[in-house]
Amino acid sequence: MAKLDRVAGLPQRRFALPERFRAVGQTYGALAVLLLLVLYNLVFTPSFRTLAALNLNLTQVATTVIVATGMTLVIATGGIDLSVGSLMAIAGALAPMLFSRNLPLFNIPVLGTVLAWLVPIGVAGLFGLFNGMLVTTFRIQPIIATLILYVGGRGIAQVATSGNIQNFKNPAFQVIGLARPLGIPVQVILMLVIVAIAAWVMRATIFGRYVLAIGGNEPAARLAGVPVARIKRMVYVISGLLAGLAGLIVIAINSSSDANRVGLGMELDAIAAVAVGGTPLTGGRATIGGTLIGALIIQLIRSTLLSKGVPFAVAQIVIAGIILLAVYVQRQRKV
Amino acid sequence: MAQSEPLLLMEGITKTFPGVLALQGASLRVGRGEVHALVGQNGAGKSTMIKILTGAYRRDAGSIIFDGQAVDFQSPQQAQSQGVSTIYQEVNLVPFRSVSENIFMGREPRRFGLIDWRRMNAEASTILERFGIRVDVTQPLLQLNVAVQQMVAIARAVSFRSKLVIMDEPTSSLDEREVATLFDVIRQLKQEGVSVIFVSHRLDELYAVCDRVTIMRDGQTVDDKPMAGITKLELVARMLGKELGEVRRLGTTGFVTATHQAKQELLTAHGLQSGHKLHGVDLDVRAGEIVGLAGLLGSGRTEVARAIFGADPIDAGEIQMDGAEVVFKSPADAINAGIGFCSEDRKTEGIIPYMSVRENLTLALLPVLARNGIVARDKQQAIVEQFIKRLGIKTAGPDQKIRELSGGNQQKVLLARWLCLNPRLLILDEPTRGIDVGAKGEIQSLINELAEGGLGVLMISSELEELTEGCDRVVVLRDGQAVAELAHADLSEDAIMTAMAHGAESTTDQQVGRHGEA
Repeated sequence: MAKLDRVAGLPQRRFALPERFRAVGQTYGALAVLLLLVLYNLVFTPSFRTLAALNLNLTQVATTVIVATGMTLVIATGGIDLSVGSLMAIAGALAPMLFSRNLPLFNIPVLGTVLAWLVPIGVAGLFGLFNGMLVTTFRIQPIIATLILYVGGRGIAQVATSGNIQNFKNPAFQVIGLARPLGIPVQVILMLVIVAIAAWVMRATIFGRYVLAIGGNEPAARLAGVPVARIKRMVYVISGLLAGLAGLIVIAINSSSDANRVGLGMELDAIAAVAVGGTPLTGGRATIGGTLIGALIIQLIRSTLLSKGVPFAVAQIVIAGIILLAVYVQRQRKV
Repeated sequence: MAQSEPLLLMEGITKTFPGVLALQGASLRVGRGEVHALVGQNGAGKSTMIKILTGAYRRDAGSIIFDGQAVDFQSPQQAQSQGVSTIYQEVNLVPFRSVSENIFMGREPRRFGLIDWRRMNAEASTILERFGIRVDVTQPLLQLNVAVQQMVAIARAVSFRSKLVIMDEPTSSLDEREVATLFDVIRQLKQEGVSVIFVSHRLDELYAVCDRVTIMRDGQTVDDKPMAGITKLELVARMLGKELGEVRRLGTTGFVTATHQAKQELLTAHGLQSGHKLHGVDLDVRAGEIVGLAGLLGSGRTEVARAIFGADPIDAGEIQMDGAEVVFKSPADAINAGIGFCSEDRKTEGIIPYMSVRENLTLALLPVLARNGIVARDKQQAIVEQFIKRLGIKTAGPDQKIRELSGGNQQKVLLARWLCLNPRLLILDEPTRGIDVGAKGEIQSLINELAEGGLGVLMISSELEELTEGCDRVVVLRDGQAVAELAHADLSEDAIMTAMAHGAESTTDQQVGRHGEA
């Protein structure tokens, strides 16, 4: 009874505290794991302390983060985009075809390079629009709608290149993957800019609210005047555009484009980053910063284990465990 | 001895949620074979009490004795296996599976490890026939109307050989005949010695079927009386915590019975047809008047609202605003024309559960609040605070997630979602359903006030008092057609019911004509 009285006598606001702590745990849990990983490596992995190692890790994770940012938006609407890896291959296959064949426009120094960037990205965006149309106009479930290009997209890239690897050397074009302004790899800068813009968009714009409203309760959003179909098409277009950009970065680094390999398995890496970062796959909530952290966690675990001589296959098992753990911690609890 | 010992005794139940003390030493005592009413305003703690009993929530303190034993159910499943079944407000069944599968889900009769379909279907039919329902139990549930679905839910609960069946607003989606059937079922349960906890906001129903009543207010049990020992007025007074005279003076609804000064024509609909639900509906709403839309379940009331609002396509017919024809391709078009629509089902079509009160309240207003797509946060905040204050929304603050609010407060946020747009026409679909008496009165007087300010209101309601006291005119629908229009002078509950049941004489020819075509 004494306990009862104490409960009854407390001001009601006090009960908000434990909930808040848990919310903090859910929000910053992933960040804490990341910091632990960094700390561990700083202490136990001597090579980790070099700027080169930092750059290497960030360079390797940049494309995943860029794609996962688009993926976060799609997932926030309650959808999913399985086609991103294939769209990377399409953009990667298209770019060398444009700049190495001496086509008019594409042989003009600066303009040609810019077009060699923008046209493949734009094409990937159009394929994203195709995904969006399937999801909205034809009301196909996102996982099936984007499976179509997951399967077909890489086929398109392979057919277009006749299955050949395109090797090239085009320093102007390869700036997108090789330049290092102030010693920072250009794709890392792109990654940070994209993450920052996306996070701001989700927080400050109508578009961001609409994305979350649709994922949270689509019929209610529609009745409140939210242009559901348009917003959904837009997130798939954004996902396509970002996949296209990632594809270009990959081929620029490699000086070659292999339609069989560019972006292979990227869709799952991106989804994993989103999940580890704390965005529920049911939609309605999204954390762009979390996605960045999620991708960094996966990257660091992989590189740490590999640097310790752990085989790649084992590393994959550990990463699977991390994903399980992250999703478990962030699951919806009943009251 | 078994007679005097109650079936269920809950005492000293306390439960806190973040920011809210939901229950504070509440108690509930249900006798064997007793139909027990549990009443209170929204947020009084009825649902929390039930969820604690069934193990959906954990209690912070208190004891539960069920059937002579202290119990602590860990989950609704466990409660069910021990004889406590719950039927929720929203039907919780699997729409694509058959009736019999729904009844037996989780404990299908088996034969050689496989489901014994023949036995399952036969037993399902038997159970339903007990309640006077004859349906093909192999057809998917979604092909049945809501009332039958509700009966299936009850059949499922009863078939667990329950000692206690909890019904949380079971009648909210039933029409009168179906309610009568439900009451027969309840009486039959009672005869078999099964106890029933009956939660409802409709007072008449409580008096029709319940033996005792427990009244809750602010997380505490304030009264436990035989139903015969308390008048309706006393009951309402106890729920609200007000004096008798005060309730009498305020009436049973928050409406002021007075016709409004009907001004110029605002919206006119002619011959609306949509799918197989609407077969020609005419109605008009003027600025500054409240037009009621009455009809039984399935008469097409919600469909009229959705058709006008552009949420469902119109196959034929015409809508005019200010005398000019308009075509709304989507709700967004209707909103731009100055129409708001508060839908019937808050949970599936109203709130965005994981968004804050602020975002929910301003969702429809965002295009106005934003410049170049960027939301003006300070303007947004000001509007939200203004409406929280004006409508008396009880919330920890604009950042609180809307799902944490009580039903009445959620409804106020949804009303505010439209009011902040300054609409010219507001369509309200059951604006006070599932809302406690206090919030109900507040919302009703708000609607009244808005109409006086020049807003046109089209209000769908199943509550006859709401229609007779609140509306300037009532249009009655039947089978997707407007069969009668009653002016304020002719408004009475009898007149509305007669029109709902039989239609008005003038439209009989029309009806015959339609049947002739078919």
